[in-house]
Amino acid sequence: METAFTPYASLFGGVLIGFAAVLLMLMHGRIFGATGILAGAIVERGQEQVWRILVILGMIAAPVVYVLFTGVMPAIDVPITTPAIIIGGFLVGIGVTFGAGCTSGHGVCGIARFSPRSIVATITFMITAIATVYVIRHLIGAV
Amino acid sequence: MKNISYIIIGLVFGLGISISGMINPAKVLNFFDIAGTWDPSLAFVMGGALITTMIGYRIVFGRHHPIFATKFSIPTRNEIDTQLIGGAAVFGIGWGIAGFCPGASIPAIGSLKSEVFIFTIAMIAGILVARALKNGLMSKAKI
Repeated sequence: METAFTPYASLFGGVLIGFAAVLLMLMHGRIFGATGILAGAIVERGQEQVWRILVILGMIAAPVVYVLFTGVMPAIDVPITTPAIIIGGFLVGIGVTFGAGCTSGHGVCGIARFSPRSIVATITFMITAIATVYVIRHLIGAV
Repeated sequence: MKNISYIIIGLVFGLGISISGMINPAKVLNFFDIAGTWDPSLAFVMGGALITTMIGYRIVFGRHHPIFATKFSIPTRNEIDTQLIGGAAVFGIGWGIAGFCPGASIPAIGSLKSEVFIFTIAMIAGILVARALKNGLMSKAKI
């Protein structure tokens, strides 16, 4: 399934993602890592849990606000089977926990402060993601 | 005000994810599919987010402390170990299978699509299993 190349919308969206990361650091001194925010919203207690739940509520509200401005939902097409969604989700959960971060925590916030751990992690998950899609689409020939 | 700021920051992040196309697994998987239906858009998302965060962090770290907190909470670990690389590698495999990373799947919940719920539940299961395994590894190391 082809998708349209959207350099301007993607660049603007990326700037907003970075702006949110900067605001969280400016106001609260925290890294915007979706992994840490999600895990902390489940296992932390007290204010450490509350602020993370509030950030998540704001994130979940985004597609609704997007609809108010544009009149349509952002496209969300999941071109894989349900078992693949479950396996993928489970592996993402395992990986981000052992790797202590994901695209936002390592790929954006970590690299922005030149953390060697984050640079290594980002290069690693980019390579395995590209390799995985190559194996699934071009070697096995699924999808 | 402090609590509202968390919601707004989450909302800005989620709008960035929605507008950029990062919320769409079909688009993310095409970014990884260099040998097939390649869509380079996500390079613009990462680029926009990184440049914004790099510049913003430079300005913010010129302050003595965040607006609402007494100090900046920055990760201090710098060891590049098996857990970091292994975890990042597994995350990339999951991301390459499903097309969602944590920061994209959380805003996508707002679309109320069943695939997003399935992915998120599987991801949270992975996080909880990995946390239990990690705690087990740590208590073993202490013995």
